[in-house]
Amino acid sequence: MSDDLSKPFSQSALSHEEILKINRERRIQITAFAFMIFLTLLAFLAVGMEMVEPGFTIPFILLLAVVQFVLQLFYFMHLKDKDHQWPNAFMMTGIVVATPAVIALVLLLGVTKY
Amino acid sequence: MATETAANNNKSVLWDWLTTVDHKKLAVLYLIAGALFFIKAGAMAIFMRIQLMSAENTFLSGQTFNEFITMHGTIMLFLAVTPLIFAFMNFAVPLQIGARDVAFPFVNALGFWIFFFGGLLVSLSWFFGGAPDAGWTAYVPLSSGEYADLGLDFYVLGLQISGLGTLISAINFIVTIINMRAPGMTMMRMPLFCWTGLVTSILIVFAFTPLAAGLALLMLDRIFGGQFFMPDAGGNPVLWQHIFWIFGHPEVYILVLPAFGIISEVVPAFSRKRLFGYTAMVFATLIIAFLSFMVWVHHMFTVGIGPITNSVFAIATMAIGVPTGIKIFNWLFTMWGGKITFNTAMLCASSFVPTFVLGGVTGVMLAMVPVDYLYHDTYFVVAHFHYIVVGGIALGLLAGTYYWYPKMFGHKLNEKLGQLMFWLFYIGFHLTFFIQHILGLIGMPRRVFTYLEGQGMETMNLVSSIGAFMMGAGVVVLLINIVYSAFTSERITVRDPWDARTLEWSTTTPVPEYNFAQTPQVRSLDPWFYEKVHGEGLMKPAEPMDDIHMPNGSILPLTIGLGLFVWGFGMIMLEMANPIITPWIVIGTGVIITFGSMLLHSIHEDHGYHIPLDKIKKIEKEVG
Ligand code: HEM
Ligand SMILES: [Cu+2]
Repeated sequence: MSDDLSKPFSQSALSHEEILKINRERRIQITAFAFMIFLTLLAFLAVGMEMVEPGFTIPFILLLAVVQFVLQLFYFMHLKDKDHQWPNAFMMTGIVVATPAVIALVLLLGVTKY
Repeated sequence: MATETAANNNKSVLWDWLTTVDHKKLAVLYLIAGALFFIKAGAMAIFMRIQLMSAENTFLSGQTFNEFITMHGTIMLFLAVTPLIFAFMNFAVPLQIGARDVAFPFVNALGFWIFFFGGLLVSLSWFFGGAPDAGWTAYVPLSSGEYADLGLDFYVLGLQISGLGTLISAINFIVTIINMRAPGMTMMRMPLFCWTGLVTSILIVFAFTPLAAGLALLMLDRIFGGQFFMPDAGGNPVLWQHIFWIFGHPEVYILVLPAFGIISEVVPAFSRKRLFGYTAMVFATLIIAFLSFMVWVHHMFTVGIGPITNSVFAIATMAIGVPTGIKIFNWLFTMWGGKITFNTAMLCASSFVPTFVLGGVTGVMLAMVPVDYLYHDTYFVVAHFHYIVVGGIALGLLAGTYYWYPKMFGHKLNEKLGQLMFWLFYIGFHLTFFIQHILGLIGMPRRVFTYLEGQGMETMNLVSSIGAFMMGAGVVVLLINIVYSAFTSERITVRDPWDARTLEWSTTTPVPEYNFAQTPQVRSLDPWFYEKVHGEGLMKPAEPMDDIHMPNGSILPLTIGLGLFVWGFGMIMLEMANPIITPWIVIGTGVIITFGSMLLHSIHEDHGYHIPLDKIKKIEKEVG
């Protein structure tokens, strides 16, 4: 039964629609990836060029970071897809658990060092 | 490829165990490894209690005592109780959800071997200038390069490696429980042990990652000249405490939730009643898990973080008492009006309830900030957490051992010896630890290797030590029982020696390697009980009999673990004064073994093998 599993299959088991869907998905992934690289470049530029004043740079790159984070979750981690309830639930749990912890840590450690 | 491996049977027994990916065999491996570490750490506890038996005793030096304390705590938590829990999860969870194995059998074996070699690495420290001695919490600066020797490097790298094993096992269990349930086994029909196993695995994923990060930072500080925790170089030692307890508090729930699960299996089985308030139990588990991430500062009340923070975390801590109370009442109501059989498993399970309540009550006491300034770092704390870890977790594990033993090994443990063990252990436990509350209140500090005469501590310490010897005797009786029963106990041939309720008891004894010849159709909570009462006494199959696809064993999990071990040892050699060979050679060897084994696993295609239908029929006839 499983003897032939190592041989390549002559024909894909996917239907035509499924192949189309995968191709579309791939395009979306690449676009998202390119866009994120662009965002990263922007952040580097904002810091590296020293043309913009720091009062603007810091909130700006933080905003970029948040956008990246959301994009990563939705596109790379498939939060946008249907039938991903379990992974989504875990991702949400992680965010819900980690956010207060990180906020508390920032507040507690702050700038004062014991 | 697939057919030749069916002839695997004539390989040697040892090779079979080293390469196994069968969850039932891995459970036995976990059980043995965990028990060995438990005995080792228990012996250290006995030695510490001998030292504390009288004032100004000189049985152990202060340094040795510190090493014993650290190793006792570290081994008990990471290398004894964690694998024992994984032993029962490995054995019971796939059977309880009606699966043929875990989702990733190879990863399952990998988790075991990585854990095992990590534990070996920690233990090796004895032979290289002494064990770690900064307590299981390894607070900086005590654990920094300035104050601690090589032992701490073994702690850091050994725990890093064994933690990795624990982490991947946990991921495996999450996937298994979500994806491998038999038809009809909805989430809300899962036995509570599976639920707590799932939640524990989730906690491991979220808690062991901060630990890994913290250990990595400490490693950078110690071995590579980092300064994350060095105040004079701009680092922050309190950061370590935060990271450690963000992991550390969930860790206690990682250990106790599966014990809750075992109790929730054993109590209904021997009360002849269904579990009271199943849904409430599930949600209480989830709430406890969530809250366990929100309370870590209660270990740091005296650090000086400030009254507002302390109050917030104190209230969050007390809130955990609510879902825990729900569980306590549910166990009581399960027993209420039941037809209770008090065998050893049930004795352990039912006495778990009051002991755990005591540990919980002192926990709430400790959560009150002003009083914690008095209790902190005294024997009161030691008494509190031993009521949880021994009175809770150890009793839960003992109950699980007596309960699942007939399924795992084909015979029961002797009841008389079992009851003797229980009473020795239980009375010894209260003698040892109850009196430590009072010792703490009159001011005996924790983690001290001796105390002065004439402070009113001699008698109580003596009582405590006598209790510890009784517990030790209890464990010895358990070991005798295991050997004695192996020779004299009557072999079990029936499926269900306890007349229990969950799916694992619907399999034949011994359980064939494929668990279920046909995947069962689950029709209710407590499916096996349902079929016994409303059905025909056997599970309804959900599929026709057919060939069964099984995974092949592999030696690669062992070699990956070995590679990590060598690699970690090489890193430690970087710190040695004059290592025998260049550390980088050792590190390189380790890296090559690790990644070479991974590469081998990737390029070597292995689709497993099939057990043919006629062979299954033959096996079923033999055992059925
Ligand atoms: C079998 C009976 C046991 C005895 C007699 C015992 C005894 C002790 C003693 C004497 C200490 C040192 C207390 C101090 O001075 O601070 C200690 C610490 C500790 N024990 Fe146990 N213990 C037992 C079981 C366990 C178990 C089952 C666990 C965990 C699952 C455990 C976890 C710990 C931890 C975490 C510490 C703290 C180590 C540290 O301070 O770094 N013990 N125990
Ligand atoms: Cu805690």
